[in-house]
Amino acid sequence: MQEVKKDNILQPPMPSCWNEETKPHKFCPGCGHGIILKALGEAIDELGIKDKLVYGCDIGCSLLAWDFFAVDTVQTHHGRTTPVITGIKRANPEVIGVAYMGDGGGYAIGSQHLFNAAVRNEKITVILCNNCNYGMTGGQMAPTTLPGMKTETTPYGRDTEQTGQPTKGPEMVAAVAPEGAYVARGTIANVRQLKGFLKKALENQIAGNGFSFVEALASCPTNWRTNAKQTWEFVEKDMPQYFKIGELRTPQGKEG
Amino acid sequence: MAEVSLEGEQRVFMTGNEVVAWAAVAAKVDIIYGYPITPQNEIMHYWTRLAPKYGKKFLQTEDEISAGFATLGGVLAGRKAFTASAGPGNVLMQESASMAEMMRLPIVYVIQQRGGPSTATVIYAQQEVTLTTFGGNGEGHRIVYSTATHQEIFDYTIKAFNMAWTYRFPTFILGDGYQAKMREPLTMYNPEERGMELVKPEPIIGDTTPGKKFKHLRNTYNTEDELYDVVMSNQRDWEAMAPQVIEWDEMGCDDADVILLTHGIVSRAAKGAYDQLRAEGKKVGFFRPITLRPFPDEQLKKAIKNAKKLFIAESAYGQLVKLVQNAIYGSTIEIVPMLRPGVGITTEELVDEYNKL
Repeated sequence: MQEVKKDNILQPPMPSCWNEETKPHKFCPGCGHGIILKALGEAIDELGIKDKLVYGCDIGCSLLAWDFFAVDTVQTHHGRTTPVITGIKRANPEVIGVAYMGDGGGYAIGSQHLFNAAVRNEKITVILCNNCNYGMTGGQMAPTTLPGMKTETTPYGRDTEQTGQPTKGPEMVAAVAPEGAYVARGTIANVRQLKGFLKKALENQIAGNGFSFVEALASCPTNWRTNAKQTWEFVEKDMPQYFKIGELRTPQGKEG
Repeated sequence: MAEVSLEGEQRVFMTGNEVVAWAAVAAKVDIIYGYPITPQNEIMHYWTRLAPKYGKKFLQTEDEISAGFATLGGVLAGRKAFTASAGPGNVLMQESASMAEMMRLPIVYVIQQRGGPSTATVIYAQQEVTLTTFGGNGEGHRIVYSTATHQEIFDYTIKAFNMAWTYRFPTFILGDGYQAKMREPLTMYNPEERGMELVKPEPIIGDTTPGKKFKHLRNTYNTEDELYDVVMSNQRDWEAMAPQVIEWDEMGCDDADVILLTHGIVSRAAKGAYDQLRAEGKKVGFFRPITLRPFPDEQLKKAIKNAKKLFIAESAYGQLVKLVQNAIYGSTIEIVPMLRPGVGITTEELVDEYNKL
């Protein structure tokens, strides 16, 4: 990142792999996507891999990032970013492939792709934004909606008798991915740590070790209908009680 | 499997699925992504035996949705890539086909039709005509070749990659279980030795050259007007392409009273019926669309100009009839359908039906 001045006013620092023309970005105020993508952008910059990167984004709010980076990008269908990036990487292993998606794309409609890509140890990096709901479609229950949490399709709170427990994605991936995989869960409440996880997930792909997966806990104040304080409390305190932060798998086999 | 040299020309005797695998080698295909479904499995079986010998790749995916989208990934990376499927698998493939239409991605699908609806039979049908020509939530911006012989499977599989990479529309080879599984003779050749140029693929994204200009590909649009412009631009390209790719076959239509109209493998029975009836002095004609999409509308209109009846036979309940009615709108020719969903049609049956007219 470098200091940028426009009309003698200091501009917010941006990763150099960001596409400046599309900033400010299109996410809602308070949304976690921008923070995850800033951490990702910084990781890409630090590794100097912009020219080799193909960034794929899913359907849902993640599609708003189709012109987010100044790197080759393909926006795909709901849940299908994992197979598209898999297909690119298989065809040209020189590419560094990143599949970016939400919790619906990764854990519901595209769960078979995530699961099997992990089982096959595809040499790609999947980054998943967990904000406990379907944001783009107006706040329905997601696989990650917490027990008792109100959404448009659980207006009286998520009843786990009826809908099961929230999906623990990194735990699932860690359970099925072979040796060499990297799996972690970070949060926008700790950007420094999140960036470290994302960087390791990219490095793991570059080293050709195996599948790399990072879930990032993120905010959605628009659909949660929370103010700033409530939003931050939910991200920082409530979500990690269910979704434990840390590294679940590293290529050395160490538990985080 | 028998080793075949693609140097010079060679007469071979093999199944249609094996022919597809060899045609893919001849067309310099780099990678296949696939998921098992009968009757197309042997395409993957033969390919996986050939692949290591020719430096080719294969990925068996978790389902046909993944196979379709991973193939799109291969195409995006600038590789000649294809997938193959049938029936319910073809249904799932349509999701990736619609993305290919929107983003103009040169993907090739080989479809070996089986019975439908649902699981039905693994044997044969022509019931995937509507799905293959107009599947997905779009406008049918694609090329569909309906093959009839193993020679055609070889020729049109090679051609499909050229057409896809030239015009950047998804391209289908539409065969069926009979063609997939039966053996017959054909001549295999190296297309370049015959002077045929193989269109070279290029990276659409993922060119790793340092300092290259980045590209953003999307299939989502914010406004109706934005979408309208994209779809209409694709429509214009598709219409401009149509005359270049339309193919058909016809015999004896000028003086015919009755024209036999069939496609795919049924056209072989129709050719038999045509020869037999002509030998008996009957004024019968033969017309066969080879491209079902784009359909040879003008050619068919011209062919039926002097005829009284159009005798349409298909192994489906009116899927070809619908394409024909759309193509000849305004004509008052009488249509006599012979509709046999999921069942083969022989020369004898066609002659019997003809004699009842």
